[in-house]
Amino acid sequence: MKLIKALTFFALACLGVIQPVFAQQRSGPLRIEITEGVIEPLPFAVPAFVSENPAAKEFAESIARVVASDLAGTGLFREIPKDAFISKLTSFASPVQYSDWKAINAQALISGAVGVGSDGRLTVKFRVFDVFAEAQLGEGLQFGGATGSWRRMAHKVADAVYARITGEGGYFDSRVVFVSKSGPKSNRSSRLAIMDYDGANVQFLTDNSAIVLAPRFSPTGDRVLYTSYETGFPKVFVLDVGSVKRRALDVAAEAMTFAPRFGPDGRIVVFSLTQGGNSDLFKMNVNGGNAQRLTSAPSIETAPDFSPDGSKIVFESDRSGTQQIYIMGVNGGEATRISSGQGRYSAPVWSPRGDLIAFTKQANGRFHIGVMRVDGTEERLLTASFLDEGPTWSPNGRVIMFTRETQGVNGVQGLYSVDISGRNLRRVPTDGPASDAAWSPLLK
Amino acid sequence: MKLYSKAILLVAALGVSACTNPGRFGAGGAGGVDGSGIGGASDPTSTAYFQQTVGDRVLFAVDQHTLTSEASTVLEQQAMWLLTNTDYTAVIEGHADEQGTTAYNVALSARRANSVIEYLVARGVAASRLRPLPLGKARPIAICSEESCYAQNRRSVTVLAAGGIS
Repeated sequence: MKLIKALTFFALACLGVIQPVFAQQRSGPLRIEITEGVIEPLPFAVPAFVSENPAAKEFAESIARVVASDLAGTGLFREIPKDAFISKLTSFASPVQYSDWKAINAQALISGAVGVGSDGRLTVKFRVFDVFAEAQLGEGLQFGGATGSWRRMAHKVADAVYARITGEGGYFDSRVVFVSKSGPKSNRSSRLAIMDYDGANVQFLTDNSAIVLAPRFSPTGDRVLYTSYETGFPKVFVLDVGSVKRRALDVAAEAMTFAPRFGPDGRIVVFSLTQGGNSDLFKMNVNGGNAQRLTSAPSIETAPDFSPDGSKIVFESDRSGTQQIYIMGVNGGEATRISSGQGRYSAPVWSPRGDLIAFTKQANGRFHIGVMRVDGTEERLLTASFLDEGPTWSPNGRVIMFTRETQGVNGVQGLYSVDISGRNLRRVPTDGPASDAAWSPLLK
Repeated sequence: MKLYSKAILLVAALGVSACTNPGRFGAGGAGGVDGSGIGGASDPTSTAYFQQTVGDRVLFAVDQHTLTSEASTVLEQQAMWLLTNTDYTAVIEGHADEQGTTAYNVALSARRANSVIEYLVARGVAASRLRPLPLGKARPIAICSEESCYAQNRRSVTVLAAGGIS
């Protein structure tokens, strides 16, 4: 359960010299514009990282594989298979034979080296090369940490490569909290679980003795809010990821609460409270106190989420007759409806960049994950299926993970991800059925 | 702030002496059938009789929580039974079909449970004997992706628990 507190990183000065030399084959430097959606992924090569001592051998190839998998998984990059390589990188320091990589059309080359110190610490260093410009892209970097955190270091390398080529922050060194399910659909047991964004390193945070719903990370990823039926009815709990200790949100013992979300300061929580069959939104300090009613209507108000600056709350309400998306101030008051298309809109989540709202839409018997601007314009549906729901944003606001349930008696729930361009739909690997994903911020 | 405290108090009043069974929705929990009860289905004071003869569940239309006339007929019988068998409390489960999103379905199933409670209370059953339990779409009883199953899943179930009113 211990996250690598001691993971440190620092730039190795002068590992390389930045030379903005432009290749003849391209009109500019090595660059992917994510917003345009990529049709032709950028070919890259990641030779096995060089092991600097025997103890590093077991990590060298694995780290290179994770880096390659992260990059290829975005759909923006395409890995060139090892069999095609002409050059071999045997030393981190030796000069790159650009012609050998050009010949196999590798536009980006990532070289790296791994060492394990006498103190048992793993160090990973890497460089990125713009092959056609015959130049290193950015400086070489080195990450250090416990050997057990080798995957995190690989993700950090991939994040740095992604950032250099796209100009945007990465999202690989992140985690996902979700509901892991087992048993028959009519009597399914559920438990909270956490994993790396790519499905590795699964750990359970609760046992399966009670129904759990819709976990959400705190802004620093150290805590999780979720709904549990462990008291016999729905109640919001807060769980410390490190210690796995949990406690109920400090509302009256008999109050039924659900759909909690942290505010961006990590201290405020907004949630639904149902009373006399009516659900409204409330907020309070996560440690108790300052409880405040935000809505007061006979309609259903639920699925709230904060704007990244904490000034507004987006939520769903059926006050107009069907589920629609509204935005109001953080203290309640008048709300503005932003969804206007045909169908029902629910489960809004605010992009970490602040520019878009992702949502679930039901129309004509189908479910969709979509995005719209904060003012409700430019709605785009990214998916369509029998049942898609519960979007959550990647830390850089470029990818959305969600739950898809397949149809029929043997239908199962699984996690999927899709770009905000609607491309690169992928299954997120989980052992068995999974739902209710929430993506963490980038780890520190 | 005041409103909030009031809301909590109201909820507290509703729930205060209802007998709950936290384990029911754990791994071994089953939807709507509770084995605790004395006597078989022929004993009109038994939970088996309540389930089979009185009828422990009512169904709802898509996205609705208003009671149909069939539902009212069943609830009329439930009210009479509860007024006779005062040693029982009841959890009123609300359920939704899978054609809805998670949070909304919890809220919708809370409305359904509340419709049943309001009906029973109007017929004289003490509110303190009844407690809502919104389960959303977590516990479907019929498993298929067609209306024939959805119709059975949009339900409320009155789950009896032995034990007098405290």
